[in-house]
Amino acid sequence: MTEIGLGHYLTLASIIFAIGVVGIFLNRKNIIIILMSIELILLAVNINLVSFSIYLQDLVGQVFTMFVLTVAAAEAAVGLAIIVIYYKNKGSIHVEQISSLKG
Amino acid sequence: MQSIIYIFPELFLSLSIMSLLMLGVFVKKSFKLINMLTILSLIFTIALVINQPDEIIKIFNNSYIIDKFSIFMKILTLLFCSFVLILSKDYLKNNNIDKIEYPILILASTLGMLLMISSYDLIVFYLGLELQSLCLYILAAFKRDDERSTESGLKYFVLSALASGLLLYGSSLIYGFTGSTNFEVIAENLDESNTAAIFGIVFIIVGLAFKVSAVPFHMWTPDVYEGSPTSVTSFFALVPKVAALAVFIRFMYVPFINVIDHWQIIIVFLSVASMILGAFAAIGQNNIKRLMAYSSIGHMGYALAGLATGTNAGIQSTIIYLTIYLVMNLGAFGCIFMMKRENVFYENINDLSGLSKNQPLLALSFLIILFSLAGIPPLAGFFAKFYVFMAVIEAKMYALAIIGLLTTVVSAFYYLRVIKIIYFDKPKKPFEKNYDWGLKISLILSSILILIYFIYPSALLDAISAIIIY
Repeated sequence: MTEIGLGHYLTLASIIFAIGVVGIFLNRKNIIIILMSIELILLAVNINLVSFSIYLQDLVGQVFTMFVLTVAAAEAAVGLAIIVIYYKNKGSIHVEQISSLKG
Repeated sequence: MQSIIYIFPELFLSLSIMSLLMLGVFVKKSFKLINMLTILSLIFTIALVINQPDEIIKIFNNSYIIDKFSIFMKILTLLFCSFVLILSKDYLKNNNIDKIEYPILILASTLGMLLMISSYDLIVFYLGLELQSLCLYILAAFKRDDERSTESGLKYFVLSALASGLLLYGSSLIYGFTGSTNFEVIAENLDESNTAAIFGIVFIIVGLAFKVSAVPFHMWTPDVYEGSPTSVTSFFALVPKVAALAVFIRFMYVPFINVIDHWQIIIVFLSVASMILGAFAAIGQNNIKRLMAYSSIGHMGYALAGLATGTNAGIQSTIIYLTIYLVMNLGAFGCIFMMKRENVFYENINDLSGLSKNQPLLALSFLIILFSLAGIPPLAGFFAKFYVFMAVIEAKMYALAIIGLLTTVVSAFYYLRVIKIIYFDKPKKPFEKNYDWGLKISLILSSILILIYFIYPSALLDAISAIIIY
């Protein structure tokens, strides 16, 4: 029975982070999934910060986490608002159809 | 309590945001008043910033720094922010986006930029960055019944949130492997053997490169510039670039200076790639805002070339380049705002055809600005490029200087193409001539500054040579 150490937490965080980044690029369907992927990235950062905070015996990491949580909520709110007005104009939030600007 | 007197500019700006918001809620149809008060409070903040002391001051547990560099960058930010507001009054009214939120959002994002410029700690930096970006997302989608504006807001939101996420992941790694979020402590604990922290630096560079729109993280720039309302585009092209470049310099030269061998090559790559893409991709463009987007990508490449040198002369040349870039772009957007017939604003380059016959003065100032953007002597744009290349050559990075010079030649092509359309093509229906006074003043000021810079260059040089980062 091995003890769960910093390395395990960092691996978990990096896996979640990778899922988030890949989710943004591979997803061809719905913008809401992109929003979820962004949340995943921020949560991976939070896991990182909290585990570092415990490992270093330093509170700054946990303070940083609180700020990140707050900002993530604000970001989700603004993102959803933008998606709503986009849906009103276009009538769809399919990722493949977001292409009227190009060149 | 001693430190609070040093953040009076930021305090004043945040208080004025809140009071203007209250004013906007309780007074009906108050856009004009609020726009005016916003410009006034920006000017007052400039005065407060100028009054800050000359020596280096670190406050709030070393998490906030006031030095000559931050003061200069803050003045640039505030000054050009007020110019953008003056410039776009007419446009806002004509496009029915003269809502009270507009100047207040710009003010809030400017507050975020001031925090970014002065930050000396990862947490302060991140909060400033997010305050700025959240306002910019809304501004890009501000014309909310327009499909293109909302689409550009959506694209900017998704890509910028991804970049912030990467940047934050990098910050968490750096915090973990150096044991602090403070820039000075990071610099002490960071060395070549700290591989994980260097991994974090790469993430941070990616996030910052996104903010200055350097290739390969530029994909949002053309779409956002084209889609969002022109007033917002002019804001995007001028003000956030100052803050992003300022934190870029601060990050590279304060916490990461010990591992310069590792990051230098990345910055050189970003710079070369931006110069090349900015030069070639702009050739086929028909929309003038899209052209300005690619031109700004190219210009950021030159600015990054100065940053890559790792010397004080390099940083100073970057700051000079940025200043002159701002003046030129202010003029260029002033011209774009003048492309108006019967209350409709035109964006196509072909709409400019024969401008010299109908409006010789406007055509002349457009000519000066485009020549300066292309870097033709004796205009200011030439000197900007000259200082950067001098610094690059002094640092013995000859390949970078040669590529830079070659891309300058290529990029001259698309500026000259616009000039050819203005001067030699068949005239179209003339644009309206009843310009707003703010527009006139900004355009005249920028053209004159570009023209006479070579007479007295030491005015700018002396101010900037006092800026020493490390």
